[in-house]
This record gives sequence, C-alpha cells and structure tokens, in this order.
Amino acid sequence: MEFLVASSIGLLTTCGTYLLLRGRTFPVVVGLALLSYAVNVFLFAMGRLTINMPPILREGVTEYTDPLPQALVLTAIVISFGMTALIVVLSIRAFLEIGNDHVDGRPVGAPSEAGDKN
Amino acid sequence: MGDWIVVPIVLPAVMAALIVLAVRHDIILQRVFSITATLALVAVTLSLLIFASGNGPEMYALGDWPAPFGIVLVLDRLSAMMVFLTSLLGLGVILFASSEWDQRGKHFHALFQFQLMGVNGAFLTGDVFNLFVFFEVLLIASYGLMLHGAGAERLKAGMQYVVINLTGSSLFLIGVGMIYSVTGTLNMADLAIQVTNVASGDAALLRAGALILLLVFCVKAALVPVHFWLPGTYANAPAPVAALFAIMTKVGAYCVLRVYSLAFGDMAGDMAWLAAPYVLPAALVTLVLGMTGVLAAKRLNSLIAFSVIGSMGTLLIAIGLFTPEAISAGLYYMLHSTFSAAALFLIADLVVSRRGQFGDSLNTAPRFHQSGFLAALFFAGAIGMAGMPPLSGFIGKLQILDAARDSDAMVWIWSIILVTSLMCIVGFGRAGSVLFWKSASVDGEITVDGAKWPVLPIIASCGMLGALVALTIFAGPITDYLNGVSAQLFDTSQYIEAVLGENALSLLGQ
Repeated sequence: MEFLVASSIGLLTTCGTYLLLRGRTFPVVVGLALLSYAVNVFLFAMGRLTINMPPILREGVTEYTDPLPQALVLTAIVISFGMTALIVVLSIRAFLEIGNDHVDGRPVGAPSEAGDKN
Repeated sequence: MGDWIVVPIVLPAVMAALIVLAVRHDIILQRVFSITATLALVAVTLSLLIFASGNGPEMYALGDWPAPFGIVLVLDRLSAMMVFLTSLLGLGVILFASSEWDQRGKHFHALFQFQLMGVNGAFLTGDVFNLFVFFEVLLIASYGLMLHGAGAERLKAGMQYVVINLTGSSLFLIGVGMIYSVTGTLNMADLAIQVTNVASGDAALLRAGALILLLVFCVKAALVPVHFWLPGTYANAPAPVAALFAIMTKVGAYCVLRVYSLAFGDMAGDMAWLAAPYVLPAALVTLVLGMTGVLAAKRLNSLIAFSVIGSMGTLLIAIGLFTPEAISAGLYYMLHSTFSAAALFLIADLVVSRRGQFGDSLNTAPRFHQSGFLAALFFAGAIGMAGMPPLSGFIGKLQILDAARDSDAMVWIWSIILVTSLMCIVGFGRAGSVLFWKSASVDGEITVDGAKWPVLPIIASCGMLGALVALTIFAGPITDYLNGVSAQLFDTSQYIEAVLGENALSLLGQ
C-alpha cells in the first residue's frame, strides 16, 4: 500500500507541476487542482498509513490511526476547494477582459510592448 | 490581559462580517465602521504592546484546549510590535482609501478588515498549521483587494499573484506534513523541544520539511529567486492596497525570524540555525536585483515596487545574520521600510491621479496641480526609502552595517548595501527630476476632475511620513525596545515555558 500511495502522490504531483507550467490558464487551473489533491493525500500519509483502526485514543485501544492529519486534510480540502472556485472565476474574468487566456496576457509569438514590462 | 490577545483577530473578523451583512449598501456607514474598528484596533494593540514590553510572553489557549494539543496564540514582544505596526499602517491605508478608492469596486472595507484579521492572526499564532490557515485568510482577502476595481492589467497581474500563492500554499502543506510526520507536533514551542528528540534517521526529512517551509516564507518575503510575483502585483494593485501590502512581505520575514529562531535556533543541535546559510546570500542578491530594477523602471509604481524588493533584501540580510544585534537592527529597518514603502505608494497615487492620461509612466508631461507640494512629499519619501539622513532609513542601515561588522560576509554586506543605496538614490532622483522638474518647463497644465485638495489622502500620506519622523526622533527608546525583542527571541526558554508550562524544558534532548 505504501508503494501505491507514494506513486500516486508522485504521479499527481508530476502532472500537476507540468500543467502548472503551461502558458494557458485552463491547464494551470487543472494543474493547481491536481497539486492540491496530491498534497491532501500526502497530508493523510504524514500520520502513517494504518487501516481499519479507530481514529481515537481510549482505554483498551492500543493501535489507532492519527486523527490530527484527518482534521488537517479537511481544512486543506475546504481551502483548496474555495481557491479552485476563485481561480476559475478569475481566469474567466481575465479571459473576458484581456481577450485571451494566456497567463501573461498575450498570445504566443506576439511582440512584447516596450511599456508593458515595467 | 490574557484574553485581550485574541481581540486583534476577533475585532476585524466581526467588523468585516458586520460590514458585509448590515451596511453593504451605504458607503458612509461602511467607512465609519471600518475607521472606528481600525482606531479601536490601534488602541488595543497599543495596550498589548505596553503589556508585552513589561512582561514575558503570554499565551492564550483557543477553546481552552491545553497546549500542545490545542491551538495557542502567543503574545511576546515581537508579535505585539508587529500587530501594532499592522494596525497603524491599516489606519493610514483606510483613511486614504475612504476618500474615493473604496467606491471603485465592491466590499473594499469588508475585505480590508479580513486582511487585517489574517495578518494579525499570522503574527499572533503559536501553531504552524494555524499559521497556514491565517496565511490563507490574508491571501484570500488580498486576492479580493488586489483585484479591487479590476481592469485588464490588474487582472493579469492578479492572476499570476493568485497562482503563485496557491502553489506556495501547497508547498506549505507539504513542508508542514513532513515536519509533523517526524516530530508529531505542530505547536511551535513543542516543535522546539521535539526537534531535539528526532531520531537521526529522520533528520533528513525534518531538514527537508523545514527548508520547504523556508521557501514558502521566502515567497511571501519576495526573496530571490521567488520574487517574481511582487513587481507586477504591487505596481498594478490599487494604491491603498499596495500600501497595505507593505506589511505582507513582512509577514514572510516575521515567519522566517520566528520559526528559525525558535524551533531551529540555538537549542536545535544539528539543526541549529538551519536557515542561515540560505537566507543571507539570497538576501544580498535580492538587494542588488531590487535596486537594479529601481534604475531600470519605466513606471513610477514599478520603481517603488522594486525598491520594496530591495528593502526586503536589506531586511533579510540583517535577519540572515541571526545575531541579536543584527536582528534588532533589522527590526528597526523593518518598521522603517513598512512606513516608507506605504508612504511612497500613497504619494505616487496622488501624483498619478493628477497626471491624467500620462498616468505613472516616467515621462515629462505638463505641470499638474500641487506639483510643488507633492514633489516635497515625494522627496521626503524617496529620502526615507534610499536611507539617507535625516530620516530613519539612515539609522536603520547604519545599525545593520554596524551589526554586520563581525560577520564573515562583512565585505559583501557593506559593499552591496552601500552601492545599492547609491543606485536607489540615482533611481529615485531621476524619477523625481523627470516627474517634477523637467515637467515644470513644459507648457500648459494638466487638469483633471476631482477634489483639488483631497483631505484624507493627504493626511494619510503625511501620517506615514510622520511615522518615519517619529521613528527617527524616538530612535533611542525604540532601539531599547527592539533590543528587548531580540533578547527575548534568543532566550527561547521564556517562550517555551509560557506555552508549555514550567517543566517543559526538562524534556529537551530526551
């Protein structure tokens, strides 16, 4: 199971990073989403991988799964969900206002204006 | 006093909700609520500052859960100073924005209060994951503020700003996860103890986690090579927001100082001063790059944005030395650079709004209203930013140079700080002479609509400059306080005992 979890985190991170480095906003948004999935699974793994154990410490229970990462993942999921919604709206707005969907606001091959960069 | 620690977080949170729910249709009421709340915040944080200067660190356990299981807020001299700085800056910004800027979009005041809540929370929290949450609060508010009033350029810069910070948040979680997986704690004070107990096989994981966290803080502090978001964001943000963002880079610097002096400081054994070899060289490059940008800038706002990068470089040089003298010098420079950057952004907006279609490009244009008065303000702000006498930037830089005297990198630090100061003077001198002197010889006059003497913005800009003057005049008492701050930072046992109780230190190194 360790191998499965580790390799899926790795795959998600790789795809996320690749898409994040693309020039258009849609792949970037998807890349950010993949990256946040990878992080969520990673956070789960930080309390060690255990199966079928109660997430609580009480008398008679010696084996348990760490409940804290689950609480943290919940927080992280809520935040990343909100953020994804925000960036989707933002990129649509940017597309409508700028007229193209490139992250730096200009289509490939277009000359940079002199006054544009600082 | 203990319960008052939570007020700088709760007050803006309640106010923001109240503004957006109850008075969102009435701009006058919004202004009254927002300014009153910020004034109250100044009063509360001032009393916290006075309390902290006479006492040791004080803890507030949220929900009364005992540390290290619950989340704690900690008030010590450093965090008290930072929340007071935030509220003063916030007061200036909200006065400036209340004349006209807050009407260019919706919900400025609510977002502004949420921003204050996030920044104050980041300064007060004693828990690494809670720090992440407050980072998100301040970032979410800053996305809204950054895009306030919209426009194509601002949306483009805002998009990049959001993407960079979301990536930073992911990295933050990875770093926190790695640290938790080997130490089993998120409480900063407890972390300081657990770091000494980590098994040697896990040390590499801890080190990697801590350095990923350092990278995230450096994104916030705009340190090279992760500074790319700053010039576009600051130059295109609405002026009052850019001024408020002067504190955002300081949040990053504060976190470097807090985490790497407490958890990875003197007591950390093999991990001692983990950040030191990375921060100093990066800060030196940051300073050179920022001031080169000042020379190369073609727009007034990006000129100021690059000078902010340069000042962050100077500040992190001092922090990167990790000695008590250097840190108290750096903190003085931090107070100074926050106010001087804010003052410059506000003054630049007064200039830009009077130049009509010429905007903030550094070209000669006909005269505009009050160019003499604004030239004087700009001159004072530029002196502050460049670190020339008589204003406080000079004292700050002098203290940093003095503190760097015993460092191995002394030659580099001295030569780079002195040369870049000259570059900064040349850059601002050129900008000022183009905007005010050369333009005085052009025929005609630019006339724009709007108030001739906008009272609140001018009060706010002069207030920021006044803060620089006050920093200069009261340099003695302020330096005494800052020496206390850095002494407390280096005596981490005070902080740990305040959070975990008297016997906590006996767990060290077991």
